[in-house]
Amino acid sequence: MIGVLEEVTAKALRLNVPLAVQLDITYRCNERCVHCYLDHHDHGEMTTPEILRLIDEMADAGVLTLTLSGGEIFLRKDLFEIVEHARRLTFCVKLKTNALLIGAREAARLRDLAVQEIQVSIYSHRPEVHDSITLVPGSLKRSLSAIRFLKAQDLKVVMANVLMRQNMSDYAAVKDLAEEIGVEFTLDPTITPMMDGNRSILSLGADADTLRDVFRDSVVVGDVDEFCAIPSDTGEANLDSRPCSAGHTTCYVSPYGDVFPCVQFPLPTGNVRRERFVDIWRHSSQMNEVRSIRLKDLPTCSSCSHAGACTRCPGLAYMEGNMRGPSSQDCQKSFARTGIPSANMLAKQQRAASINLVQIRPLSAPVSSSVAGAMA
Amino acid sequence: MSRLYVSRNPRVAARILDGEMMIMSGRDSSLFTLNRTATILWQSADGVTPLERIVEQRICPEFDVEPAQALQDAETLARELASHEIMQISEEPIPQSGFSPGAGR
Repeated sequence: MIGVLEEVTAKALRLNVPLAVQLDITYRCNERCVHCYLDHHDHGEMTTPEILRLIDEMADAGVLTLTLSGGEIFLRKDLFEIVEHARRLTFCVKLKTNALLIGAREAARLRDLAVQEIQVSIYSHRPEVHDSITLVPGSLKRSLSAIRFLKAQDLKVVMANVLMRQNMSDYAAVKDLAEEIGVEFTLDPTITPMMDGNRSILSLGADADTLRDVFRDSVVVGDVDEFCAIPSDTGEANLDSRPCSAGHTTCYVSPYGDVFPCVQFPLPTGNVRRERFVDIWRHSSQMNEVRSIRLKDLPTCSSCSHAGACTRCPGLAYMEGNMRGPSSQDCQKSFARTGIPSANMLAKQQRAASINLVQIRPLSAPVSSSVAGAMA
Repeated sequence: MSRLYVSRNPRVAARILDGEMMIMSGRDSSLFTLNRTATILWQSADGVTPLERIVEQRICPEFDVEPAQALQDAETLARELASHEIMQISEEPIPQSGFSPGAGR
């Protein structure tokens, strides 16, 4: 039996309708999170009329869910005007915020506007850890206070915990804290490279041992045996499957009007200041290229034993250099779950081994015994 | 049968997809789809037009149905939608107070 969501998604795919869009309305922020991938300077954000017109265009294009994110969305003085406009057009509005600027009055306003969900980043239950990640003293206390204001208005709140080296022992306590307050909890082990391509912040991500332990924690994953199961063979049907919803039923718009398949997939497809949103969605050659890719088109991943169950992110693959290539972070996750290396990891090992064989050394240097043995 | 008034719940999200309305509950994010008849009922549910007039003016001209049967079906549908908190029904006109979204494009 097919569920309503699956039925709606199938119809949207058939009709090429974007069901959900994330719109970042600013990259400015009042925190300085050590793992953040954004450039916080304002390079010319869309004005209020530009954003309201874009929201009109999104409604016409069939978008149902609009997630407003940033940067810190409450730094925009017109936030409530934007939310009210979106709700007037019957969008399902979700917000992502650090909540530092949410008090009782803001929470009540969000309740009046029937905002569906507010996601608040909480990195640790310990102020010294959370505040050392946001680089804002007192930020945990303020965010938790805001969550309580939101909860008092009976709004749906999700505590989002990004797993990093700095806070890797705290996720269970954050989950307990969420339960104590009566809000939902989500854990994300993904660190995104910076927008300028700098990958140095990836070193902040949880190490392989931590990932393996987290993936075996039933509190996080539910049924550990099912979550960590050895992947079954990838069937023909799976090879025709789409990698993810990016560009198929979802996309992302930056504060400058640039449209991308996803917030984590920085392939420029057009700008809403120059073209209508729906025209970019339907006719952009880049968007259509993303849309055309199936699992069988991925040279390494299609033959990987994890292919049927992998969470491969095409955006992270794109940031590694090839949208049809593997995403190393997801290879590591598959390995952490199952203990079985991905096709990409095996290929890298083979390349590393073959590099040893053809290593060129200065003539004066002694030839190592291992290389000499291998060449013999 | 007493006169009924129907109104869209202002806390839901809604969008037309291929002529049929998708509605997301404001209570628990459940997703519903309405067929074309139900979509017309939803779009016409302004809280002040009686259900029987909606059926007479919007549904009967569109579909080949008996008015009495159509009204009975519409009332059943309205009560079902109300049970999911995506529509409000009352024997009095339902005034729109505070924030009031549209019918969904």
